[in-house]
Amino acid sequence: MARNETPLVMPGNSSCAGCGAVLIARLVTEAIGPNQIMVIPACCMGAVATSFPKATFNVPVLRTAFASTASFLTGLEASAKAKGQEVTLVGFAGDGATVDIGLAALSGAIERGHSFVYICYDNEGYMNTGFQRSGSTPRGAQTSTTPGGALGRYKAEPRKDIAKIVAAHGIPYLATASPAYPADLTRKVERAVAVKGPTFLHIMSPCPLGWGFPSANSVELARTAVESGLWKLYELDHGVLRLSLSPKKRKPVKEFFAPQSRFAHLSDDVYEELQRAVDEEWTTIEKEGFSLRCETSRA
Amino acid sequence: MTSGRNMTATSAVAYAARLAQVDVVAAYPITPQTRIIEAIAKFVADGEMKAQFVQVESEHSALAATIAASSNGVRAFTATSSQGLLYMHEMMHWAASARVPIVMANVNRAVAPPWNIYGDHQDAISQRDTGWLQLFAETNQHALDMTLQAFRIAEDPRVQLPVMVNLDGFTLSHTYEPVVVPEPEVVNRFLAPRPAVDWLDVEHPKTINGVVSPEHYIQFRALQKDAARRALVVIEEVGEAFAEQFCRDSGGLLSLEQVSDAEIVFVALGSAASTIRSMVRAWRSVGRKVGVISVRSYRPFPDAKMAEALAGARVAVVWDRAYSFGCGGPLAGEVKGALYGRESRPVVLSAVGGFGGAPVGPTELEKALEWADASMQGRPVPLETWFGVKAYRDGRTPDGKE
Ligand SMILES: Cc1ncc(C[n+]2csc(CCOP(=O)(O)OP(=O)(O)O)c2C)c(N)n1
Repeated sequence: MARNETPLVMPGNSSCAGCGAVLIARLVTEAIGPNQIMVIPACCMGAVATSFPKATFNVPVLRTAFASTASFLTGLEASAKAKGQEVTLVGFAGDGATVDIGLAALSGAIERGHSFVYICYDNEGYMNTGFQRSGSTPRGAQTSTTPGGALGRYKAEPRKDIAKIVAAHGIPYLATASPAYPADLTRKVERAVAVKGPTFLHIMSPCPLGWGFPSANSVELARTAVESGLWKLYELDHGVLRLSLSPKKRKPVKEFFAPQSRFAHLSDDVYEELQRAVDEEWTTIEKEGFSLRCETSRA
Repeated sequence: MTSGRNMTATSAVAYAARLAQVDVVAAYPITPQTRIIEAIAKFVADGEMKAQFVQVESEHSALAATIAASSNGVRAFTATSSQGLLYMHEMMHWAASARVPIVMANVNRAVAPPWNIYGDHQDAISQRDTGWLQLFAETNQHALDMTLQAFRIAEDPRVQLPVMVNLDGFTLSHTYEPVVVPEPEVVNRFLAPRPAVDWLDVEHPKTINGVVSPEHYIQFRALQKDAARRALVVIEEVGEAFAEQFCRDSGGLLSLEQVSDAEIVFVALGSAASTIRSMVRAWRSVGRKVGVISVRSYRPFPDAKMAEALAGARVAVVWDRAYSFGCGGPLAGEVKGALYGRESRPVVLSAVGGFGGAPVGPTELEKALEWADASMQGRPVPLETWFGVKAYRDGRTPDGKE
């Protein structure tokens, strides 16, 4: 097939059924178009989409080490400048690669102002290596390194809020997105491509195996996260912060947590507490308007 | 010949990067490398060099950015030392296995703890098996010349591997020597632009550095092994081409001085070899049959050439400024390996010292010569000696005896 007839994300990758990340990859890649170079570190996407002799992406993909997404983008940008090449540079990385091991590189690259679109697909753990906790795993979740056990050692700490950390750099463009809202996601990616300088998208990425829910329900679960008010869709465009969507009638947060086996141990008391926290947050938003201050940790 | 300008080896390397017209420099500062990247930053700021200079936030990122730039087809350079080189370790393997022809100057410095900013080779030797080619400069002029040669070696289609140019911290990096800086037109005749690569061509998309199965994985390693072996030929060719164009012998695999009739031959890397050269001249003037081999290319290791060079010697004193703990001097081990199976070969004495800036000077070298003499006379001598170690506080001696 000719270059422009083939889809940019081709069938035949080895992802799990219902993988949120592959859905996100397709939306992002198609939104950017063929004139891009994609950097993928160690993560599920690296494993499922770049296994020789198959290649999932119909755009150039440069795999890198776990910590090096943003430093590869740095080097690519410098080389593109040296060559006078106009191309969109895309980082596509998991939450571990972004909020943990690659955070210094990401922070440095944003601070230096290189032009790139950094996509963090957040499946809230190290899924490629078997569902260990990451800095983005929500409090209370069971992972393979916070297994609960006889002593009830689930993840005790709230997740770090990577979007807020990135925002603190004064990044020109930042947005959160969800694969359940493809039009919103696509528009944000297009905006990121148009902006000069570093841009960052934080996208919720349901993981049926890691979170423990039926693979047919990925999109539905992602939508419930937004409709319950847990996952906020917003963008920060040159200092102007906007909520992309405020759910009119919020679903109970339990509808997001209860179908996932990683939260199976949560009692109704906890659900009530979580519900109260989310309700309070939205009351503040409704009263005072949305600010990154009210973006408190989930679960 | 034009007379040189007085400069440090770090300045010489910066001039080489400028003459090589590198497109991207990504680096992170560390003593004693800093002067290289400061000088490059100044060249760029003054408009004398067109490179994109990026001071990144760590050495891991410095090498990663350099690799990415090189993958996109441009000429990329970085420089580091010691802790910085160790911090790059993951990307060191990456660079070699991704077959990017990066050149990096490594200003050799001891590794911590305890902290020490002065010269030895533990940093470079600890990266021995990453797949990088490693050259060692004896002088500031070599630092410039080898950096230029390194690009031609690295980018040769038969090689396609990153090259590390080692220069001794302080001994070279902070010492002024006359250095001839060649004219750009002459350098352009020696070093062509990098051959084009299409790895990241958006018209013909490819996925690079992906996942492969065991049966394919070893194929990649085999190709890498062949390339590193082919570098033995390319380094010699490039060294000869350089010598022809610039009338200076500052490359090649080994540099031999007074070796052919020598009974005792010293073998060393970097500036220590140049110190030994002057000792050899002094010893020769009093009739001693001593020679020296400067190992210019540590990787690839010219084992056959080494064995041939040592075939007539009775004792080889191999000087290591690094150590493989629980084993021995790395260079000594490699020299012994090169001699394996050879009928005509010297006794190999492993001299260890010059760590953390400690001298490898006349005192140490005279002692080493006495040791080699004793061995030649058939007296029982240790096969390894650490130089410059005092008795321990608990009264034990440093040779391990209680
Ligand atoms: C330096 C280094 N440490 C650890 C690993 C092992 N590793 C590979 S992928 C991965 C987890 C990736 O997690 P994340 O970035 O969240 O992406 P996901 O797999 O969840 O998509 C880990 C720990 C590695 N490849 N490199």
